[in-house]
Amino acid sequence: MRFALIADEVRVAIDRDVDIVSARQKGRELASHCGLPSTDLAVVATAISELARNIVRYAVRGEIILRLVDDHGKRGIEVVAADDGPGIPDVALAMQDGYSTSGSLGLGLPGVRRLMDEFEIISDFGKGTTVTVRKWKR
Amino acid sequence: MQVPILKQGAYLIATVQSALTDDDLKQLRDTLVVQVSKVRARAVIVDVTALDVIDSFATRTLRDVAHMIKLRGAETVIVGIQPEVAFSMVKLGLTLEGVATSLDLEEGLAYLNRKGKGPEHHEVRTHR
Repeated sequence: MRFALIADEVRVAIDRDVDIVSARQKGRELASHCGLPSTDLAVVATAISELARNIVRYAVRGEIILRLVDDHGKRGIEVVAADDGPGIPDVALAMQDGYSTSGSLGLGLPGVRRLMDEFEIISDFGKGTTVTVRKWKR
Repeated sequence: MQVPILKQGAYLIATVQSALTDDDLKQLRDTLVVQVSKVRARAVIVDVTALDVIDSFATRTLRDVAHMIKLRGAETVIVGIQPEVAFSMVKLGLTLEGVATSLDLEEGLAYLNRKGKGPEHHEVRTHR
C-alpha cells in the first residue's frame, strides 16, 4: 500500500441495490472523519454510488473498501471497488464519455474520474475489475 | 423506504424522506405515473431536499418521471436539490434538461401557480 492507513478499513459487500446506499453512507461517514468539506462528502458519496452500481450491474457481486489514508500529512479517503466479474474488454473505450454496454447513461467511469482527485483502474478481461479512487483534503 | 405522496389541491406532492434504493426510485416513478391521473392532478412535485446523493440512476429516474407525467398530460417540478448535490451531478455529467426545477417546495408551488396549473376555485396553501 502506498499510503499510511489512519484507521481500520471498512469493507462493504456489494451484491444488491440496497448495498449501494449502504456503501455510500459508510463512505460519507468515514470521509467526514478526515475533515473533507460537505461538498466533497457529497462528491465522494456520489462516486461510491456509481462504482457500487457498476458492480451490481456488471459483476453481480463485489466489494467496496473504504480507507482513510495519509500521504506525508495530507489526509484523504481511498475507495476501492473490486469485483471478480467479467472484466472490461476495452478499458480505454469504457473511459470515454458516453460509452456504455448496458444501455445506461454511460457516464459512470469518466464521471467518477472527474469527481475524484485520483483514479486508477485495473481490469482483466474474464477475471474482474478493480477501480481505486482518492479524494484528498485540501 | 416508501415515499409519502400527498394530494394538495390540483397537485401531487411526493416528499422524499431518506436515501432511496434503485427499487425505491422505480416504485416512486411507477406510483406517480399511475396516481397522477387517478386523482386527476395537474402537476407533480417531487421534493428531494432530503437526498444527499443524486447519482446517474436517480437522475435518469427523475427525468423519466417528468417525461412520463408529461405524456399523462401533467407537469413535474423537482424541488430541493441541495447545492453539493447539484455540484456532484454536474461534475458527473448529469443534467435534468427539459425538467422543471425549483429551489424548494414553496418556489415549486409558486412556479406551478404562475403557469396556471393550480385550482381555479380554491387556494393552494403552503405550510410556511
